[in-house]
Amino acid sequence: MGDLPSGRYLISHDREGDEHKAMLDIVLTGLNHTTAPVELREKLAFNSEESAGAIEFLKAQPGIREVLLFSTCNRVEVLMTADNGQDAVEIAKKHISQVKNTPLDVFETNLYIHHGQEAVRHIFRVAASLDSMVIGEPQILGQIKEAFRTAVLKKASGVILNRLFHRAFNVAKRVRTETGIGDSAVSISYAAIELAKKIFGDLENRTVLLVGAGEMAELAVEHLIRNRVGDIFVANRTFERGVELASRFSGKAIRFEEIPSALETVDIIISSTGSPTVVISREMVKSAIRTRRNRALFFIDIAVPRDIDPEINRLNNCYVYDIDDLKGVIDGNVETRSKEAIKAERIVDEAVIRFEKWMEGLHIVPTIVDLRDKMKAMAAMELEKTMGSSLKHLSEKEKMAVARMSEALLNKILHDPIQFLKNGGCHRDESVYLSLVRVLFNLDGTD
Amino acid sequence: MNMDALHGAVAVLYVMSTLFYGVYLFKQKDGLQKAGLALMAGGFVFHTLFILTECVSIGYLPVYNLRLTLSMAAWSSAAVYFWIRYRYRIKVMGIYAAPLVACVYIISLNFPEIPAHAAELFKSVWLVVHVITVFIGEASLAMACGAGILYLIQEHGIKSKKRGFFYSRLPSLEQLDATGYAGIVIGFTAFTVGLIVGLVYAKLVWHRFASWDPKEIWSGISWLVYAALLHERIAVGWRGRRAAIMAIIGFVVLMFSFLGVTFLMGGHHGGFTQWQIPYKP
Repeated sequence: MGDLPSGRYLISHDREGDEHKAMLDIVLTGLNHTTAPVELREKLAFNSEESAGAIEFLKAQPGIREVLLFSTCNRVEVLMTADNGQDAVEIAKKHISQVKNTPLDVFETNLYIHHGQEAVRHIFRVAASLDSMVIGEPQILGQIKEAFRTAVLKKASGVILNRLFHRAFNVAKRVRTETGIGDSAVSISYAAIELAKKIFGDLENRTVLLVGAGEMAELAVEHLIRNRVGDIFVANRTFERGVELASRFSGKAIRFEEIPSALETVDIIISSTGSPTVVISREMVKSAIRTRRNRALFFIDIAVPRDIDPEINRLNNCYVYDIDDLKGVIDGNVETRSKEAIKAERIVDEAVIRFEKWMEGLHIVPTIVDLRDKMKAMAAMELEKTMGSSLKHLSEKEKMAVARMSEALLNKILHDPIQFLKNGGCHRDESVYLSLVRVLFNLDGTD
Repeated sequence: MNMDALHGAVAVLYVMSTLFYGVYLFKQKDGLQKAGLALMAGGFVFHTLFILTECVSIGYLPVYNLRLTLSMAAWSSAAVYFWIRYRYRIKVMGIYAAPLVACVYIISLNFPEIPAHAAELFKSVWLVVHVITVFIGEASLAMACGAGILYLIQEHGIKSKKRGFFYSRLPSLEQLDATGYAGIVIGFTAFTVGLIVGLVYAKLVWHRFASWDPKEIWSGISWLVYAALLHERIAVGWRGRRAAIMAIIGFVVLMFSFLGVTFLMGGHHGGFTQWQIPYKP
């Protein structure tokens, strides 16, 4: 096996001296936000029915044993275990091109392909949110869990992917609890949401007023919706545009003149207009405070020049953050986050090494060796105990005979299981039985 | 039972709890906070044991000198903290509650054990109710003060946009405000009941409701501060910063009526808070 590329997991069918060898490769191909622009990612994104269909199709291909498909707004990836990784990748590429009705040459250069250890590392990094556009963002883990569930339901996940994903969830959990990577926000809209949470605690049923429009402001509103905020009001200088925006967030459009009365009820105000002067003045807020009974108000001012009078920050229970303040929050966070990312990569490294060990254990020979060694050690210990106490009186010759008997017994007991393993357990995927034997006899120690 | 060993155990457990909460503040490992809580609970169990044995052996509530009164104050603070910890899930309040309980308890141990001299006064059920409600009330108000302090720290971080050390360590303003408010509502209710029972008992013992004793006057003043705070909250929604400041001021006044009056002014509550061994010619 020495001439095979390093980092590939190989499982040999060591059939009774037969030279036939089958390799099992973990292979991943796909594209993400660093290798492909958003237009392409949109085009190639799989919805849940398409994913299920693709999994069924790929699973049915000869040589492909396990399949998992993962599609989010930032990535489309196919992970497989296959007898020949390269062939599997070709099949997967063609299938994506077919289903998404896109010629292969449009996206082929954007694809990355990882084999073996690199594929494992990639999955761990994705699950731990180290490969995300916003490092440490928490949604990715849920999306991966969903993709894994689909694969399991389609019976496309076997011994190796099951293990791989349980490890990946474990890595993600460790990274989250042992490093500060998810603690701080690194995008404007995230930073704003984090602050809102520090003011209001739970954002559920808090009402939001969006003044004006703009990509960043709309993104912030989307984040808020994900945090299950209550009613959303949209105020725009042109009422029609406001109605249009409001329907996108299933909110209510209000007229610009209604802003002062809206201030009496809403909790979070996101402002992003092109107005050269202040849109919300200190007086407006001051007169709303009494009707609000002093409930807190949080202003997020994304506009330049600013829409919200900074003096409002001096009013009791009112908080104003403009774009520079939010940038200040992020700058501090990016610094701590990159420090934490180093710790996280170390956790990933450890997990990759452990997974590699486990995969090696799935080779037939090491498993047989481990099994024999464990049994031998047990027999030797029991022999020693008995010889040292109740059979102390035996002569050396007699002792040897007992030892020989124990060894013969051991060989007889292990003969059938070992033959069974060598024959690949008459199963298409011999790793099933290898892993069962390893668990049954606890060959990897308690995990 | 060896009382000194019991006192020692309680003090050590409370101090250990404080240490664990202190390290928790810096390291933010959940295990530390749990250990702090467990140690405090351990101290509380022994502390309760002490109070119960004392009750059984003398036949009434052990509050006849400053040592015992302070010990009771520490005990009720711990009890109220446990309630707040479970009701509002504010783990970080421990960094306020644990040192408070430990300090009050250790200070109590430094006062001499003075025997009761007007035992009959202590044997009434009225007095038991008066003492228990007043102490639970004061402990709740102490927690409200703590929540107020934490609120002001967190609020300053957010307002000044500097955030800093406490920002990530403290819960949301809303949660701190709600905790403080709960402390005030419960504290004020218990305190009010305690004062009324005290007045009725005064009528029974001394045949008049109020004797304008300094402690009565100062308790009345602190009652008024909290009444004003609650009234404003209900009427115009005083919350957040103002409520936090008022909770702190109220507690300072309350502490003055509890301790300041004892040391500076005297009065008929002296029996509960004796701290100097009476001069015997």
